[in-house]
Amino acid sequence: MQVPAQVEYERARSVEQALDLLARYGPAARILAGGHSLIPMMKLRLVHPEVLIDINPITSLRYVELAGGTLRIGALARHADLLAARETGRHFTILHDAERVIADPVVRNWGTVGGSLCQADPSEDLSAAFAALKGSMIIQGRGETREVSAREFHTGPYETVVGPGEMLTEIRLPVQPGSGSAYLKVSRRAGDWPVGAAGAAVLLDNGRFADAGIGLTALGATHFVAAEAEEFLLGKSTDDDILARAGEIAAEHAHPVSDQRGPVDYKRHLARELTIRVLRAAIARARQTRAHERTQGAPP
Amino acid sequence: MKITVTVNAVDHTRDVEPRLLLIHFLRDELGLTGSHWGCDTSNCGACVVWLDETPVKSCTVLAVMADGHRVTTVEGLASGSQDSASQHGASQDGASQHGASQHGASPYGADVLDPVQEAFAECHGLQCGFCTPGMMMTARWLLDNNPAPTEAEVREAISGQVCRCTGYENIVKSILRASSRTIPGGS
Repeated sequence: MQVPAQVEYERARSVEQALDLLARYGPAARILAGGHSLIPMMKLRLVHPEVLIDINPITSLRYVELAGGTLRIGALARHADLLAARETGRHFTILHDAERVIADPVVRNWGTVGGSLCQADPSEDLSAAFAALKGSMIIQGRGETREVSAREFHTGPYETVVGPGEMLTEIRLPVQPGSGSAYLKVSRRAGDWPVGAAGAAVLLDNGRFADAGIGLTALGATHFVAAEAEEFLLGKSTDDDILARAGEIAAEHAHPVSDQRGPVDYKRHLARELTIRVLRAAIARARQTRAHERTQGAPP
Repeated sequence: MKITVTVNAVDHTRDVEPRLLLIHFLRDELGLTGSHWGCDTSNCGACVVWLDETPVKSCTVLAVMADGHRVTTVEGLASGSQDSASQHGASQDGASQHGASQHGASPYGADVLDPVQEAFAECHGLQCGFCTPGMMMTARWLLDNNPAPTEAEVREAISGQVCRCTGYENIVKSILRASSRTIPGGS
């Protein structure tokens, strides 16, 4: 029987109240959102918070909104919200790709985007997707709000830049007209954590890469990013040999660890192959978007 | 901590430890053993209940998180199956909260079964029955939101729920059978 250890419970009805509670209890407290990472960790006695601060009553943190060329995702948005949002599918196909393979529909009903990010599991899918999209995170503390790049959010496995008295409140993603994006994951069972996964967001200009974001999940990429492969692609064509070289570079710079999901050489193979395939998928979508724009006029 | 949870339209107030999981609250505190306690790791889906309008895995939700909310379990699926509802003064919107439509008296007992329950019985959608309550709660939700799902949509909806007996074929058939009945204008 798996049950959490004894814990105190507080409920926050506003961000200010949550921050006050964090200040009062200090590092003994953990924020409880969907709980689908935290509660299993507590059951396994891998984390031992003394106080849980339940932020589910802060309903104002649950939104997915597109405004002024930016998609804003409230920290308390459920995975299912992100999957259901039409704006997400239109501008950020990568997020729909990723959400479809995160756990299962019932878990996605309750698990939150912010909770997943703050859990900072190296196998968590959205971290790589947001890194590929070059998004940012809004972190609120008492009296101070700061914006941190998605690529600087994680400081290590299960560690983020969110400080003791702070909380993640929002994720921001810039809409890049004409871009295309995709996410691909290899897992052993439906709904399982990935053996490895990759996400890409690309912008093409006359058949060449004007911008490229590549995120890698569970493959030992620093900050979830294949930065060297991204740099290589800038200004290059989308020819097969270019993509193959990008895959090789991504694999060279990935440092996966061997575990029950697979050995290092297989994961390195995945880093290469998934990078190539996800780039191809993102390129195809970017071309579709461009073709659609030409016939329909530019999107808002 | 004192909490009040509206379960199948009946208010239940209990003093619970914050660490108590919702599945244990339902089974051990309220005696509602229809929801099954399975893997404990949010993988198997035997414990699926509705929290307000949404199916959740109740082994991964704390009972205190349901304070002030509505929970619907498999016991609340059939109309009129909660005998205590009238005795305890059920809330007025309770009977309609899971969207189950009123159908004729069921041949399976005095209760008016939900079409999903009838379909599981008719299509042999269960063998040992352990996964069944969770399967039916997700099925009801799917059909409320997507009255005419494709087979692929049915399989996706129950993809987080494990059945070790049926190979899923008859579960999928059952849900599709129930769907054809709930299509507006369908027979």
